[in-house]
Amino acid sequence: MTRSPDNPWLHRFAVLTAVSTLALIGIGGLVTSHGAGLAVPDWPTSYGYNMFLFPPSYWVGGILYEHTHRLFASFVGLLTTVLAVWLWIKEPRRWLRWAGVFAFFGVVFQGVLGGLRVTLLENSLGIVHAAIAQLFVVLVSLIALWTSRGRALAGASRGEGVVVSKGLLRLMVFGTLLIFLQLILGATMRHQHAGLAVPDFPLAYGKLWPAMDPASIEAYNRNRLDVFDPNPITAFQIGLHMIHRLGAFACLVLVGLAAWFSRARLGSQSTQAKLCMLWFVLVVAQAGLGAATVLSNKAADIATAHVVLGAASLVMGAILWAMGLPVAAPATQETECRARADGIPAISSGEPKAALSPN
Amino acid sequence: MATAGDITGKITLKGKPAPEKQLPVANDPFCGKLFAGKPIPTTRFYVVDANGGLADVFVYLKEGVTSKPAPPAEPVKLDQKGCEYLPYVLGLQTKQKLLVSNSDPLLHNVHPTPTVAGNKESNRAQAANQAPLEYMFDNPEVFLRFKCDVHPWMFAYVGVVDHPYFAVSGKDGTYKIANVPPGDYVIEMVHRKTHPSGKGTTQKMKVGPDGAKADFTIEAAAQ
Repeated sequence: MTRSPDNPWLHRFAVLTAVSTLALIGIGGLVTSHGAGLAVPDWPTSYGYNMFLFPPSYWVGGILYEHTHRLFASFVGLLTTVLAVWLWIKEPRRWLRWAGVFAFFGVVFQGVLGGLRVTLLENSLGIVHAAIAQLFVVLVSLIALWTSRGRALAGASRGEGVVVSKGLLRLMVFGTLLIFLQLILGATMRHQHAGLAVPDFPLAYGKLWPAMDPASIEAYNRNRLDVFDPNPITAFQIGLHMIHRLGAFACLVLVGLAAWFSRARLGSQSTQAKLCMLWFVLVVAQAGLGAATVLSNKAADIATAHVVLGAASLVMGAILWAMGLPVAAPATQETECRARADGIPAISSGEPKAALSPN
Repeated sequence: MATAGDITGKITLKGKPAPEKQLPVANDPFCGKLFAGKPIPTTRFYVVDANGGLADVFVYLKEGVTSKPAPPAEPVKLDQKGCEYLPYVLGLQTKQKLLVSNSDPLLHNVHPTPTVAGNKESNRAQAANQAPLEYMFDNPEVFLRFKCDVHPWMFAYVGVVDHPYFAVSGKDGTYKIANVPPGDYVIEMVHRKTHPSGKGTTQKMKVGPDGAKADFTIEAAAQ
């Protein structure tokens, strides 16, 4: 069996899997935004039908979102299975083969978790389900990165990747981790089914920091007249919401600094600096969508876009982080020759590492 | 044993509540069809008559009940009709049967979401014309919410108490709690929106052989 790290179709398939996973997160966002997580009360069947044979005439109201989420999740599960098998057969890097296996078990676990959230009626499982979805989309996106031609050849030719300064790498790491924490906070708020804990922006109940005593909470709840009559809010939920706002500000600062420093250190034309700037743009847009979510009283389409862009911001941070790490990979004779043929320069360990194009 | 009396009274709402909102029934084309050419139903946060009488208020004896009769064999009924739960607010004694039926020509799911330990959450599908679903709750809970996840605007709120001395105010705001043994009680009224935490307004009262009267006046949320 011939194994090569340069497998463009495998890379394209990994990209398809990553994009599909992002779309799946979007459909999951529609499910929670429409309060439809339990619109199909059974699992793995749908109203007693085999999930794949559930008549489309029943796909109405909340069922439409929840059932579509299940079917699309099955599609992503299929893509992940094919990706794992493909990696196992064709990929020479052992750790990447195991990454595919890990993704396979991850998607199975995630599917079962989603099912258990329905059958056990446990909101906390929904939060875990949402958090694992974010980790999963990062994993398949990194597989897509690692199977990319430039990345594979760079690793195969030198055993090293694009190394940025430790300070910049640290900014990328903290920025990515903070975005992940923000996503978990967001998932916690969504899965408590309490609607908007704070209905105004940029102030909060007309103040910089809202009153959170029992009498104020009672007054807030008395004024909540929502068609979907969400659960009454609590001081804890208002606190979460406010921390989410502060976290958003911290993300903007960290990612903004990362974009600034990468441009200063790597030059405005470097791929990494450009991607870092795109990361900042994503985070700015995400903050805007967060504000729009509040101002629109959590309109389903805006809240869902906020979920998707959050996941995309996390993926971008993880990709930049991974691009800044050394690539540990054994070179094969075939890929070494291929790298030379493609004009990738041979660099001794003493040469500037940032000279390599990350592609 | 002394002769039991009735507690009667009226709940009056002061102030003008916010206008009700139309339900998004068209989100499900089957529900939308039920209202083709008809007025779209609205939320039922404040159901008030011209004299300020406030409906859908749960009134019950909170303290002082010493004798707690077994729950009646007669079940309480809750229906799904016009993509709404009817009634919106109802009372139930612990361990009394609650039958939930579906009069709509479409699928609903019935999802009680209790917050008190020991009251069981469940989520069951109910097709058109299916036999009523049966529920029973072991512990007091005001309010225990029923919802339909297919139609996320559908709610009913059940006041569950461990004795039969409760009532829900009618369209004119009046209520009657029948056959209350004479004694000293604390009576509480709870409205879904004016008391969102479930802690209502209370009055101390003495019930004699001729019963007693307890009126309440509450204010609508500030606009």
